[in-house]
Amino acid sequence: MDAAKRYFRSPAAVIGLVLLLAVIAMAISAGVLYPRDPLALAGRPLVWPFTNPRFPLGTDNSGRDIAAQIFYGARISLLIGGVATVIAVAIGTLIGAFAGYYGGWVDNILMRITEAFQTLPNFVLLLVLVAVFGSTLTTVTIAIGIVSWPAPARLTRAEFLSLRNREFVQAGRTLGMRDLQLILGEILPNALPPVIVYASVVMALSILLESALAFLRLSDPNVASWGNLIGLGRDVLRVQWYVSAIPGIAILVTVLAVSLVGQGLNDALNPRLKSR
Amino acid sequence: MSDAPVLSLEGLSVLLPRGADRSHALNDVSLSIASNEILCVVGESGSGKSMMANAIMRLLPGEVGIEAGRMMFDGRDLCTTEPAAMREVRGAGIAMIFQEPMTALNPLRTVGDQIAEMFRIHTDLSKAQIGARVLSLLEDVRIPNPRAAAKAYPHELSGGQRQRAMIAMALALDPKLLIADEPTTALDVTTQAQILKLIRDLQQRKKTAVLFITHDFGVVAEIADRVVVMQHGKIVEQGTADDVLNRPAHAYTKQLIAAVPPLTAPPPRPLSSDSILTITNVAKTYRTGGFLGRGARVTAAVKDASLTLPKGATLGIVGESGSGKSTLARCIVRLIDPDHGAILLDGKDWAKLPRDEIRRETRHIQMVFQDPFASLNPRRKAAELVAQGPIVHGTPRAIAMTEARELFALVGLDPSAGDRFPHEFSGGQRQRIGLARALALKPDVLIADEPVSALDVSVQAQVLKLLGELRERLGLSIVFITHDLRVAAQVCDLVAVMKDGEIVEHGLVADVFGRPQHTYTQALLASVPGGAFAREHQAAV
Repeated sequence: MDAAKRYFRSPAAVIGLVLLLAVIAMAISAGVLYPRDPLALAGRPLVWPFTNPRFPLGTDNSGRDIAAQIFYGARISLLIGGVATVIAVAIGTLIGAFAGYYGGWVDNILMRITEAFQTLPNFVLLLVLVAVFGSTLTTVTIAIGIVSWPAPARLTRAEFLSLRNREFVQAGRTLGMRDLQLILGEILPNALPPVIVYASVVMALSILLESALAFLRLSDPNVASWGNLIGLGRDVLRVQWYVSAIPGIAILVTVLAVSLVGQGLNDALNPRLKSR
Repeated sequence: MSDAPVLSLEGLSVLLPRGADRSHALNDVSLSIASNEILCVVGESGSGKSMMANAIMRLLPGEVGIEAGRMMFDGRDLCTTEPAAMREVRGAGIAMIFQEPMTALNPLRTVGDQIAEMFRIHTDLSKAQIGARVLSLLEDVRIPNPRAAAKAYPHELSGGQRQRAMIAMALALDPKLLIADEPTTALDVTTQAQILKLIRDLQQRKKTAVLFITHDFGVVAEIADRVVVMQHGKIVEQGTADDVLNRPAHAYTKQLIAAVPPLTAPPPRPLSSDSILTITNVAKTYRTGGFLGRGARVTAAVKDASLTLPKGATLGIVGESGSGKSTLARCIVRLIDPDHGAILLDGKDWAKLPRDEIRRETRHIQMVFQDPFASLNPRRKAAELVAQGPIVHGTPRAIAMTEARELFALVGLDPSAGDRFPHEFSGGQRQRIGLARALALKPDVLIADEPVSALDVSVQAQVLKLLGELRERLGLSIVFITHDLRVAAQVCDLVAVMKDGEIVEHGLVADVFGRPQHTYTQALLASVPGGAFAREHQAAV
């Protein structure tokens, strides 16, 4: 409760939350506001925004409603961001927890694997995965999750390293708890706050990664995603720049919202750091 | 003592930020210190004694402000002195030594360099002159090999040597007033005795006024000319050391002094001839660093320790930091695996039990930890913390929670407090939760690792009393680890003295403390602050 109170005391955090809720509202209302397929032809191609009341945000090069695509794109971005984050944080926490708790050779092996992933640029690895497994929405999401886990893993490991020798963990051990009970019940709840905060960074990065893929036309072409729209707009960038700019703004706002919420969570969950 | 006051506080009040547990850190504090006297400020944690030191130095945190009063030093009121002028007072007029010399010294610069800085800032001496002064200062504080110490970095010196270096730095410019904020609390008892003697000697030689802040009445008895007793930011009593210690007037002072454990042991209790725990030749060696066994640093933490604990008795293990007493305790509960030796409990050799069997057997032997803040999981409610053990061992949750509430009553906590989180309890209450958690498994043997060291003296007395009652009521056998000989004298039947991983002497408390055989035991006993006071004090209780 204290954490919630501290969260709402920060204007930036509240703005972030409002923006994020707005994006979520867009995603929910997409089906009601635009019952037709957003990828179906709707009118003349390349209608400028604010010129035709039927297409408030104009149409793209093949005559599809940009507003509809933005609303449906919110679904895709949030879906990819959310699911990829869950995958990345789940893998990362698991590996980090075991590495940090057991130390020694377990830690050595797990950390060398983590480093192997970290030394490859995220995006290159993502391209490889998509090239090998194809670019459906599912594979793209899983691939983004797989390239994003090393950072949460290192973070969790660092937390575990400092927590595993605390007296309350030793107390748990003298009570006869099993390793798994200690890891999940005692240490993990105390290690989670920084990981939750970092999850917002992972989410923002996941959205950006998907957009980057789509810009290269390597994301799933059968869904209305913001990245796909930017990729399409690339062909008409010099004249009809709005085709790329509008989804660009949508991405900017969403990533900003997620980051602000993450920052707000950080200040709310680690109050001592903030007052310093 | 008739000298004119060096510093006088007149009605000093310091306001705390809103939302703190009280409105004022200091409330209408008036006192004065004459040159050539040591004024001890005594109080428990939160009494405002450190706040007072910081107020005098004008080093209060930003949100804490001086509300009223005057602090007259050297003809000026420090309350209204400009920050720039204050810088000349600090160091040259008033110097300060802190509790933890490791954090008060800059780890990246040599000790000599940091002392020389005092001269570089406040004087125009040449480099050679400064070097000579630094050396003579380090000789004054009797650091072994001053020339090498000046070139050493803080981590290369021992705790006592660092505190000596801090004192050298504080006395560099012959300040009129030295503020010492718990300067010996972080030190071992033998080092503490040396530092106290050093402060006393230097003070007499230089005629400095010393404001000595401490929580320990033993230290007061050792060093004070006059004493000020503080509670909740107010002065409750002040007077000469003799008056306050031997004829305390205020109820709080009486209570504090009564809570100081006397060094003499109570009459021995009859001991059972059955032993419940037998330790033979337990050893633990740490190896760090090195590659393929070469160049590794080997530390023998425990060397061939052998002890027996009779049923229903309390065995004290005393020693200074690094003596291996905590390692031994952790070997007994197998938080650490001993290298060799046998730990017989109930016919089973704990030193050789496999991991999963230990998990099952652990209900026979439980541990209470030192730090009441670190030893409770901050994310679990108190009742849950206590119920955890039985649940792990297969008691249904509902029954375990009911039992937890009964245990709360047993250790003197309100059973309805079980729904609160650890941070909502005070230090003493948390230690009671830790005790309840250990007792929840109905152990035969309780290992208590410095269970009262982090507590204020009055709370310490309560927890020790509780421990004694529980021992009687539940027939517990206790291994009690402590660095405080006074505490050991009070609660233990048997005592073992450890030094550098070895048990140098053990036996009945009255024998070991009354007629110490080993030179180290004798040195330890001689170093107990206010030894004479602690012994006489017994008669008064």
